[in-house]
Amino acid sequence: MKIDLNRRILLKGTFATSALGIAIGAGLLTPGQVLAAWPKEAFTAKDIPSALSAIMGADSAEESGDINIKAPDIAENGAVVPVTVSTSMAGVESIAIMAANNPVPLIANFNLKEGAEGFVSTRIKMGKSGDVVAVVKAGGKLYKAGKEVKVTIGGCGG
Amino acid sequence: MASKSIKIRAKMKEDVVTVKALMTHAMETGNRKDSKGETIPAHFIQGVTCTSGSKEILTADWSGGISKNPYISFKYKGASAGDDLTLTWVDNKGNTESATVKVQ
Repeated sequence: MKIDLNRRILLKGTFATSALGIAIGAGLLTPGQVLAAWPKEAFTAKDIPSALSAIMGADSAEESGDINIKAPDIAENGAVVPVTVSTSMAGVESIAIMAANNPVPLIANFNLKEGAEGFVSTRIKMGKSGDVVAVVKAGGKLYKAGKEVKVTIGGCGG
Repeated sequence: MASKSIKIRAKMKEDVVTVKALMTHAMETGNRKDSKGETIPAHFIQGVTCTSGSKEILTADWSGGISKNPYISFKYKGASAGDDLTLTWVDNKGNTESATVKVQ
């Protein structure tokens, strides 16, 4: 995979291309609803507070020791950084994963429904070294934790 | 319907089901350029929904910041062996794929 170093050039039009109309026309099953609800604002926000307020309704979160982030200290390849977020909190509603120094910090927001445990694991891209921040919404309140990950090769393209 | 582009497993241990899924997707952010310097258009999974029967267990909103060929794992309670678990994704071009697996 070729990695271009001009990754800082963020194209503002990127997200405008999402083809909602086509999606609906294509006769989707259930995910039509998901797509319609895709929080574009949160996924175009350039910093964590604005992404947070767009997706969680509040721009700050309380530091919490009950959130455990498992991620490598040094990621050799920023294109694939395994991240696991787990929490023992009760009543977890959603878990958001962000990379503080990415062009668009918000990477994913997981809404945990009936029966789901406070645990998600995935692989993310990181443009450069920085904190991986997990924000957990539990009982209507926001809690966060961060972990620094050093990236040797950026993976956000550019 | 089984789908080749999604690999999914749901394994029950005691009363917790651990789901692991791999999807095949380019996950282009729209920020990368090809060798000619032209921008590669964004193409990534925006939404993932996991349901068991009529029950929604997890929904996720993603950006292009999820790695290529995404991996997701989560846990849930309240299932019994043999239950169906369906994972569906939809990307920013409106493509969608879905796979169903039985809880083991």
